[in-house]
Amino acid sequence: MEIMRYQMFRVALAVLAAGAILGHAPAQAAGDAAKGKTAFTHYGCWQCHGFEGQGSPATSNGKVLAPDPLPWETFSSFIRTSNTGMPPFSEKMLPNADLEDIHAYLSSIGKPKDHKSIPLLSQ
Amino acid sequence: MAREVQGTKDSDAKVDRRKFLTGVAIAGAAGAVAPNAANATVTADKRLPAALPPTTQTIAAETGTPEEGPNRIGGKAGSDYMVDVIKTLDIKYLPANCASSYRGIHESLINYGGNKMPEFLTCTHEESSVGMSHGYFKATGKLLLNLVHGTVGLQHATMAIYNAWCDRVPVIVMGGNDLDAAHRPPGVPTFHSAQDINAIVRDYTKWDDTPVSLQHFGQSFVRAYKIAMTPPYGPVMISLDAGLQQEAIRAGEEKLYIPKYNPSSPPQGDTGAVKEAARLLANAERPVIVVDRAARTENGMRLLVQLAEALQARVVDMGGRMNFPKTHYLSAGVAVVPGADVIIGMELSDFWGVVNGYVDNGEHGGIGVNRTKIKAGTKLISINSSELLTKSNYQDFQRFQSVDVSMPADAEATLPALIEAVKAAIPNDRKAAIDKRGEAAKKAKADGRERQLQLATLAWDASPISTARLVMETWDAIKGEDWSLVSQSGNVSGWPQRLWPMEKYHHWLGGSGGYGVGYGAPASVGAALGNRDLGRFSVSIQSDGDLMYAPGVFWTAAKHKVPLLAVMHNNRGYHQELMHVQRMASFRNRDSNTANDLGPIGTSIMNPDIEFHKLAESMGWWAKGPIKDPAELGPAIKQAMAAVKSGQPALVNVWTQPR
Repeated sequence: MEIMRYQMFRVALAVLAAGAILGHAPAQAAGDAAKGKTAFTHYGCWQCHGFEGQGSPATSNGKVLAPDPLPWETFSSFIRTSNTGMPPFSEKMLPNADLEDIHAYLSSIGKPKDHKSIPLLSQ
Repeated sequence: MAREVQGTKDSDAKVDRRKFLTGVAIAGAAGAVAPNAANATVTADKRLPAALPPTTQTIAAETGTPEEGPNRIGGKAGSDYMVDVIKTLDIKYLPANCASSYRGIHESLINYGGNKMPEFLTCTHEESSVGMSHGYFKATGKLLLNLVHGTVGLQHATMAIYNAWCDRVPVIVMGGNDLDAAHRPPGVPTFHSAQDINAIVRDYTKWDDTPVSLQHFGQSFVRAYKIAMTPPYGPVMISLDAGLQQEAIRAGEEKLYIPKYNPSSPPQGDTGAVKEAARLLANAERPVIVVDRAARTENGMRLLVQLAEALQARVVDMGGRMNFPKTHYLSAGVAVVPGADVIIGMELSDFWGVVNGYVDNGEHGGIGVNRTKIKAGTKLISINSSELLTKSNYQDFQRFQSVDVSMPADAEATLPALIEAVKAAIPNDRKAAIDKRGEAAKKAKADGRERQLQLATLAWDASPISTARLVMETWDAIKGEDWSLVSQSGNVSGWPQRLWPMEKYHHWLGGSGGYGVGYGAPASVGAALGNRDLGRFSVSIQSDGDLMYAPGVFWTAAKHKVPLLAVMHNNRGYHQELMHVQRMASFRNRDSNTANDLGPIGTSIMNPDIEFHKLAESMGWWAKGPIKDPAELGPAIKQAMAAVKSGQPALVNVWTQPR
């Protein structure tokens, strides 16, 4: 039963993502990026995702949060209901306003340079 | 040498200490088959605890004139013979923290033995000394000897012995012990003695013994070396009686000899099983080779390349050793496992974990989600010598995985036969398809490399410094050397394995084995010692939590002039545990209490921040830090490099991102 629920959740996520892509949901929350940076640290997001959401195969299964975070609806839905390796964060633990700020922070992170422009990564 | 019985002035009440031990051993054996008779013998002569009366030879030895010149013990020390035995076995170093229970052999090693082969290395903690031996073996393939106090010193050493056990590394540990309760000095020596000191490590050593005579020691030591050095390798333990060390070799005693060591052949896979494995692999559409400690030597790597190329099969290196060149087009990540139709696992510490997924999400009554990653019908082949070494209590063998062909054998020793069998089994009509597999692998490898380089750019200029930046600034400094990454404690997201051109066996020495934190620093020093003698340059990525277990090993490195570049991954926390507590809080719908630290209470190493550079400097290292600005990192590492090349260990303390 639980596995079925897991699969249904994945389907729901996919639908949410598709919805976002098709423009049925706002791509970005109206949060404050500066506050979001603090909240990202306060709520422990950095622990698995790094302070800039860069992720790691060791802790975030290689998922990169930024740049280009998930659209807001998909993002917030996932945070609230995740049953993957990432534990869920309820509204009691992480209020909506703070979550919006976090999303704004992740959205504010710019694209990295092309690796060929970094001497150490172009060897 | 007789010793007066304490508490009596009766000159007849003399007991030969070593004969006492022999007698106890014989009495024990006799007791197993005829307890009444043994008891009767002991009762018959209360002054002599031995089960058997002394022979004529023993009496002559007790009363005869010693052969050697005048000294207080009346002849050549028993521990001198022990040194003679040790010197036959190519043991270069002996890292140890000094202890009175082995004072006899300590003195023999440095005076009678000239402090060479082995050379005594002064250590400040037994966990460090065994950890050094662990790292040294992986750099050189040579075993080291460790001496410890039989009780308290061995208690300190246990975690390092457990790591060696899980990592299949040979180490000989000898614990001093004053077994004769009636004659050992009172006070501290009695606190530091036990009936059976080896018991505490018996569950994670290959073998142990308690020699009760010098000849017994000679046999046991050579046996210990042979057992430890026969794959599957592992630590062994010898209890070293204080009396045997300290008393003299007697005139008239049987002539002591030293058994000759001849190495044992490693166990090879059964011929039939090898043929069946080859048949499955040769006819597979998508064979995958998964390796963990398959290569014991550089030659093991070469053999794995031959097997992979014969099949054009992707190779997933789990990293217990440097098994396969990272730059080879067939080197792949675990993502190729689900697509396989035949998987051969070699010396895997966790075959179940390779073919199954586990999600720690608290579901299913808290056990999380467990599901297979492979398709139904996928054939599994295992070559694993650890099957010959399974014990019951400690469960390092992981979950049970059913396989189709199982060879309890050494992978490297089995590879030549397997390669030939695979070549013979490949049908002519499959050769084109196999070649095509290789072309696809080349493209995937190139794409993967590009992807990894781009991922490394994320947070490239961030502070704290990203682990990718840390690793690549280090690479830039060492790339011109014959380098060896001797340890990578903490977790830097595998960036060295993802980006450095690891091609030689010594380019990566693997992890701790048992995940006992505190391995990194001593293993780095031990490996760097071995690499020093081989002309290689040693670099470690040193985490903060690991170093704080026993930082005194840094002093040992400086004392013995071990050149090592330690670049710190200082994320100021026990990061693995930090995430575990956060996970529990989230499952329970509670905010995590950080009490002004970054991580939950009990998981951060900050406030105050440890000045590791000062710690290292205080023990004779060149050191710099804390480096928080990524632009300062490269120059700092280059300065440290210069110090290391002059023969001094050096540390750069770097504040880093968590992973």
